[in-house]
Amino acid sequence: MSDQLTQQGNAVGLTKADYRGHASTLCQGCGHNSIASQIIAACYEMNVVPEKVAKFSGIGCSSKSPTYFLNRSFGFNGVHGRMPSVALGALFADTSVKGIGVSGDGDTASIGMGQFKHLVRRNLPMVYIVENNGVYGLTKGQFSATAEKGLILKRQGTNPYLPIDIAMEALVSNATFVARSFAGDPKQVKELIKAALAHNGIAVLDIISPCVTFHNQDDSMHSYTWGKQNEKQLHDISFIPARDEITVEDFEEGTAREVELHDGSTIILKKLDKDYDPTNRWEAMHMLEEAHKNNWLMTGLIFVDPEAPSMFDAYNLPDTPLNRLPVEKLRPPREVLDQVNDALH
Amino acid sequence: MSQIERQANSPVRSPIVNDFCLTFATINGSGSATANSILLRSLFRMGIPVSGKNIFPSNIQGLPTWYTIRLSRKGYLARVDHDDIVVAMNPATIGDEMKFITTGGVLFYADDLPLPELRPDITAYPMPVKKIIKDNEVPPNLRTYIANMVYVGVVSQMLGIPLNVVHDAVHHQFKGKQKAIESNYSIIEAAAGWAKENLVKVDPYCVEAMGDNHDYIMVDGNEACALGSIFGGAQFVAWYPITPASSLVETMNEYLPRLRKDPETGKDTCVVVQAEDELAAIGQAIGAGWAGLRAMTSTSGPGLSLMTEYLGLAYYAEVPVVVFDVQRVGPSTGLPTRTAQGDVTQVNFTSHGDTQYVMLFPSSVNECFEHSWKAFDLAEKLQTPVVVMTDLDLGMNQWMTKRFVYPDQPIDRGKVLWEGDIEKLEERIQSTWGRYLDVDGDGIPYRTIMGNQHPRSAYFTRGTGHDEYARYSEEPEVWERVLNRIAKKFETARSLVPEPVLIEKPGAKIGVIAYGSTEPAVIEAMDLLEAEGIPAAFLRLRAVPFTKEVESFVSRYDRIYVVEINRDGQMRQLLLMEYPQYATRLIKAAHIDGLPLTADWIVRTIKAGEEK
Repeated sequence: MSDQLTQQGNAVGLTKADYRGHASTLCQGCGHNSIASQIIAACYEMNVVPEKVAKFSGIGCSSKSPTYFLNRSFGFNGVHGRMPSVALGALFADTSVKGIGVSGDGDTASIGMGQFKHLVRRNLPMVYIVENNGVYGLTKGQFSATAEKGLILKRQGTNPYLPIDIAMEALVSNATFVARSFAGDPKQVKELIKAALAHNGIAVLDIISPCVTFHNQDDSMHSYTWGKQNEKQLHDISFIPARDEITVEDFEEGTAREVELHDGSTIILKKLDKDYDPTNRWEAMHMLEEAHKNNWLMTGLIFVDPEAPSMFDAYNLPDTPLNRLPVEKLRPPREVLDQVNDALH
Repeated sequence: MSQIERQANSPVRSPIVNDFCLTFATINGSGSATANSILLRSLFRMGIPVSGKNIFPSNIQGLPTWYTIRLSRKGYLARVDHDDIVVAMNPATIGDEMKFITTGGVLFYADDLPLPELRPDITAYPMPVKKIIKDNEVPPNLRTYIANMVYVGVVSQMLGIPLNVVHDAVHHQFKGKQKAIESNYSIIEAAAGWAKENLVKVDPYCVEAMGDNHDYIMVDGNEACALGSIFGGAQFVAWYPITPASSLVETMNEYLPRLRKDPETGKDTCVVVQAEDELAAIGQAIGAGWAGLRAMTSTSGPGLSLMTEYLGLAYYAEVPVVVFDVQRVGPSTGLPTRTAQGDVTQVNFTSHGDTQYVMLFPSSVNECFEHSWKAFDLAEKLQTPVVVMTDLDLGMNQWMTKRFVYPDQPIDRGKVLWEGDIEKLEERIQSTWGRYLDVDGDGIPYRTIMGNQHPRSAYFTRGTGHDEYARYSEEPEVWERVLNRIAKKFETARSLVPEPVLIEKPGAKIGVIAYGSTEPAVIEAMDLLEAEGIPAAFLRLRAVPFTKEVESFVSRYDRIYVVEINRDGQMRQLLLMEYPQYATRLIKAAHIDGLPLTADWIVRTIKAGEEK
């Protein structure tokens, strides 16, 4: 989208300012700030109405960031690791509201692993961003569950444990949209967020987001330098909304894959050095395993199943949002209680 | 049949009608609950005041279980700790059971059990269970279950329960399923016929119809809470299985398709999610409550322990949610299938920091229904968690109770602002709306709900410090001001929660305070004490925070016994904190052994206190 559009406003008549949040209180250079900017840009470009978004988070630096975007959206900052449950309950109240959850590697891969995996398995339609920096920032620099074995941190010594791969955990829990990106690659982050917003199901984005204060050593897996040196894109991703036509420049025969999402929008994946099929779960897991062995940061859309039924499909929900049902719909009439009483005699 | 001859020689005593206790000693997983329920409902339908209590192990199959039915002409429904009649079906426990039978009592026993030496002061009737099953060609896979129908038939015949009443109860039990009704009833009929021909009645126990109990129903407390929630407009239920609370939501699942499907659209108006654990169950319920759904969860002590952190957030972020705590014996796993009132202080002090909770204490199954629908109104009016405190005895046992009464107040969603409401409010108060701004002086602010399309409706909900406009704040005075304002809501709550029920007795010098499932035992104990010249006034608490009537009661009596099922006298502890000036008057009368209290224990405890 051009700067011209930013001036005039988007298709829903809003300017970029309508998507802003409060000023960030995170450290200067924190990857999380860059991700917040891309959430703003993606929502603006997608013509998302902020009142139709609800923001969720848990506890940690990452979980503070929902206040740095979309001030006009409702938000709920839950307890540590338990953002998924609060989001699940809330989103049932009005299924036309899109959930954007922001969590961290501590919040998701340690205390929140259970809720994360159960949310994934239920396929609740929402965007689930993990701002993954391998370290506990808000408590000043302890190892997280995604920190690599052998990592040395000031005051912590050497990490003795193998890391958890959040994308892999999502895949084995039958996630229907799994992506990995790098906060130092804002264009890809934005396109993935757009695709995630269009996905009718859980969209897990594991975004490596360096902590410049406690964990940014050049040779460690969650640093800017390492990310820049080791990132390999699976493809060059662009998101085409449903209403836009796909032009020749976007798509040349044989050079790209396209994945159509549930709402009619399309993800164009331009092939890079190797063809990659993001609709094959087994291939996705194999790719992650290869990446581990070779010390690559593989980024892009790892897996997508656009047609899987969402959690809401398992319920017989009314068209009117549940939270707008009039009270008359909530209490059965007096005769019904008479019948219940009679049957209990 | 020397046994029968011996009975025939026993002297005939005057009949004992509708006033005795019978216990069925069976093996769990054998289908005995069905047989016991049939007898209980038969007696209920004869208009006899009756109660049934299941004492069962934390096990699926093979361990001893007991079911006691008490018949009381005067309407006393509490547990008693003796047996007039025992029906023995379990070889492992028959020796023990014989010890509990009162002098002059009766033993029915399956005739293949290894019978210890019979007590000479009781009557014993054999039941040829295997023979009757064999003669009636019961398929082998059903034999264990249907064997229990033999004692239904024999006991019905020997006590005088008309078989047509039993048939109706069988029909009720199997919900009209013809095949099950026939296969079970045919054994009952055969067993009754056998008893008629082969047993000579020499014991004094019998039943007589007293009416039809038409104002009453027979149901357990969990079902009542389920129905109360459904009529209370519950829209989102998150839960995790735990004894003794599981059947609450399971019963909702049974009723919801019939009771809460919108007849116009055919869509469901209540969602049920089985969560992965109690941490998630409460999180989901709080998320739904925040987003404007009438939300609930149900659990017991261990689950409640897991819910504490999120409940603390709901208290401070002011999110309505209803929690059912069907109490069982703790600490730890404790006695999962036994009853207690041991979570009172836990709930009161749930979570770190300064918190408060509204607790409701229904005493009867009927009140379980009433308190359940009221809990949703209270939670939304006060924008805070409300905990309905029942227990295993109330929740899992069938009780005769007054028919459920349709809610006498319309659903009250509290102070909610939708799109057009914000400007209207601002015009009234002549200032800007703030999510946590108290404009009415009752401590209760106005809330907006996710999905509201007004561009100024949104706010960020958080457990961290926040001001009246929901902005993050670490300012010392803001923290204290907001926390004190929340406390004000609980002063308002005192005038909204159910008032206590007071029974005065002329000449009473002492008082009794109790709550929840102990009511029947307390009522009986009060009559017994009065007969012994110790009249006592009775205040039955129905809610925390306490209403002004509680203070008035405490101020009127010099000695007040606080009766409860726990070790430490937990409600007494709360009363001591609330009324320190009356501390010396409040006497602990607490007992915890996993069983419902008996009137006898209460009488002994109070008499011992009064003799001091």
